[in-house]
Amino acid sequence: MLMKIARQSLWYRRGTAMLTICALVVSLMLLLGIDHLRLEAKRSFTSTVSGTDLIVGARSGQLNLLLYSVFRLGNATNNMQYQSYQQLKKHPQVAWTIPLALGDSHQGFRVIGTTTDYFQFYRYGQSQPLRLAQGDAFAGVYQAVIGAAVAKKLGYEIGQQIILSHGVGAVSFSQHKEHPFTIVGILAATGTPVDQSVHVSLESIEAIHVGWQQGAAPVGKVPTLTAEQLASLQPQTLTAVMVGLKSKVATFAVQRQVNQFKAEPLSAILPGAALAELWQIMAMVENILLVVTALVLLAALLGMATTLLAAMNERSRELAILRAVGARPWQLAWLVQLEVMVFTLVSMLAAFALLTLSLAALQPWLTAQYGILIRVLPWHAHSHWWLIAVATAALLVGTIPAWQAYRRSLAQGLVVRL
Amino acid sequence: MTNDRNFPALELKNLSFRYKGSAAFSLQIPQLRLEVGQHLFIKGASGSGKTTLLNLLAGIQAVDAGEIWLGGAQLQPASDRTRDAIRAQHIGIVFQQLNLIPYLSVLDNVLLAAAFQAKLSGKTMASDSAMASDSAMTPDSAMTSDSAMTSAQLKTRAEQLLTALGLAAPIWQQAAESLSVGQQQRVAIARALLCKPTLLIADEPTSALDSEHRDAFMRLLLEQADASQCTVLFVSHDAALAPWFSHTLAMASLADGVLPNPQFMRLSAVSEHQQAQALGAKVAAETRAATPSAMNS
Repeated sequence: MLMKIARQSLWYRRGTAMLTICALVVSLMLLLGIDHLRLEAKRSFTSTVSGTDLIVGARSGQLNLLLYSVFRLGNATNNMQYQSYQQLKKHPQVAWTIPLALGDSHQGFRVIGTTTDYFQFYRYGQSQPLRLAQGDAFAGVYQAVIGAAVAKKLGYEIGQQIILSHGVGAVSFSQHKEHPFTIVGILAATGTPVDQSVHVSLESIEAIHVGWQQGAAPVGKVPTLTAEQLASLQPQTLTAVMVGLKSKVATFAVQRQVNQFKAEPLSAILPGAALAELWQIMAMVENILLVVTALVLLAALLGMATTLLAAMNERSRELAILRAVGARPWQLAWLVQLEVMVFTLVSMLAAFALLTLSLAALQPWLTAQYGILIRVLPWHAHSHWWLIAVATAALLVGTIPAWQAYRRSLAQGLVVRL
Repeated sequence: MTNDRNFPALELKNLSFRYKGSAAFSLQIPQLRLEVGQHLFIKGASGSGKTTLLNLLAGIQAVDAGEIWLGGAQLQPASDRTRDAIRAQHIGIVFQQLNLIPYLSVLDNVLLAAAFQAKLSGKTMASDSAMASDSAMTPDSAMTSDSAMTSAQLKTRAEQLLTALGLAAPIWQQAAESLSVGQQQRVAIARALLCKPTLLIADEPTSALDSEHRDAFMRLLLEQADASQCTVLFVSHDAALAPWFSHTLAMASLADGVLPNPQFMRLSAVSEHQQAQALGAKVAAETRAATPSAMNS
């Protein structure tokens, strides 16, 4: 009967109850949403480098190297020599390598100079290989394989011609107009930065930069290359190399050897360790966000307590009636707590449903924009602890109006002066 | 009936009460006794102490001294828990107005009377098992033996009462607030009588009704109380209602605090007329010997 009263009482005051629930829903969505997004972002980042044992680049900080090589964030400070790459490739412990030459872009999407090893050896998620949704890998100069997000956003199809831009800004003033590329393949979506990339051969990168000096465009007419010249192009520099080892055990040994490489200063990093450093930096921000969210939630809970407390005046009549039929004061306090629980449960369900719907709606955009694959269901192994914590906080805050009901029912007796 | 025939429905002995921190008002009743089925009218304006008396009779407030017995169960002095349990089972209350929880249906409002009363009888039809141990504290196990009705029986009784009170089935599922005041007061009677209480306490239940509805209300109230063999204690400032009752007492003298005559509140079914004479002119003037049956015709 108490539960029935609690439910019908809330329904009776559904105007204020709805507002209270709205406030709770928003704050719960914030809490669950932030928690979900940070975990999904981590998962997505980790999945991007899942198959890579080492990343080698010019000497720099591990985070910097990781971010620009794999996540296409920021720029390389320096390049490494192609010669060094070839030596690295010959290392007995190295199973595969993927060279990366960055620095150009197309409509804001990064262009990656690489080899077909990229399509063969790159692994993401649970060791999934890349798959071509349409067409084939590039087989020569001026051919491009584009990521799923690039194709979707720009509406590209196989056979279409595109112009690359020098530099990585969204707007570039120097275009490689003389070297149009043909799209030969489109990759299937991966939910990683691969989706955001335009892949061309290392030789193509060389070809479009022939005549360039120190990063400046050639003066006068850009030389057109003959077929022979194209065939004899040799890559000079790389930005980074992703390395897969034959045995994980050798990871640290190879890393040390690369770091001590004589010909030029190189850095070899473990993607996992670099990510851990990233998370450590991010933890501060995450914690601040969570604290702010917790405070927002507390504000919503206090709003709920205020609503219930304000209703107590108009409900003193109800309390008297319930006392008259034999309800004990603590049962009236419990009635208020039941209403708190109904509030909280309804809000939790609504928040979960709304968050899931919003994620489902946002997912394609997030994937296209940031190359992050966010799963739709905002539920994790520890999520129930959040809900338990919220319910506990709600009941704690609920003791304020509950205590008021208890006190009032004792003090006022049967006859209520209105 | 739940209580033994040998017990009076209500008995007050040397009752004394004073609000804490206030010397201005005190209530003292040396003796009051109501037999099963008797109807008592207590006349008193607001401020005469009737609210205090009702809170004590309903067990909401604890007495300072003295005893209150309800059909053989000791209501006062007793623990808060016991008083609440006895009230749930043995007392029905009809307020002045706003008797009902506005958003519950008419039927649910009536059934509310049984929602908190399972504890005394030891039945665990209520949700809280914490109170189940209360049965051990029952003052008189004899009075609990036949009082527990199943929820189906309760529903049937609620429907019978509502029908008898002129409230037809179509409105049973309506929210209580959609009813007229007169209808609401009748629903309140049904709730007060649902659990076949020993005592029905009515606090100015007719003050919100016009005279036409008032008479109908009084007739239904007393009829149904008789049908349930329920003793009625009716408090009102309206002396015009006194003829409905077999016995009348004035509250006014209570407000003065100490009763001048210790016999004043004495009322016994055994020899009420003799006593009324013995109490003198002051009491006699306020005592009507009209029988309910005569008025009901």
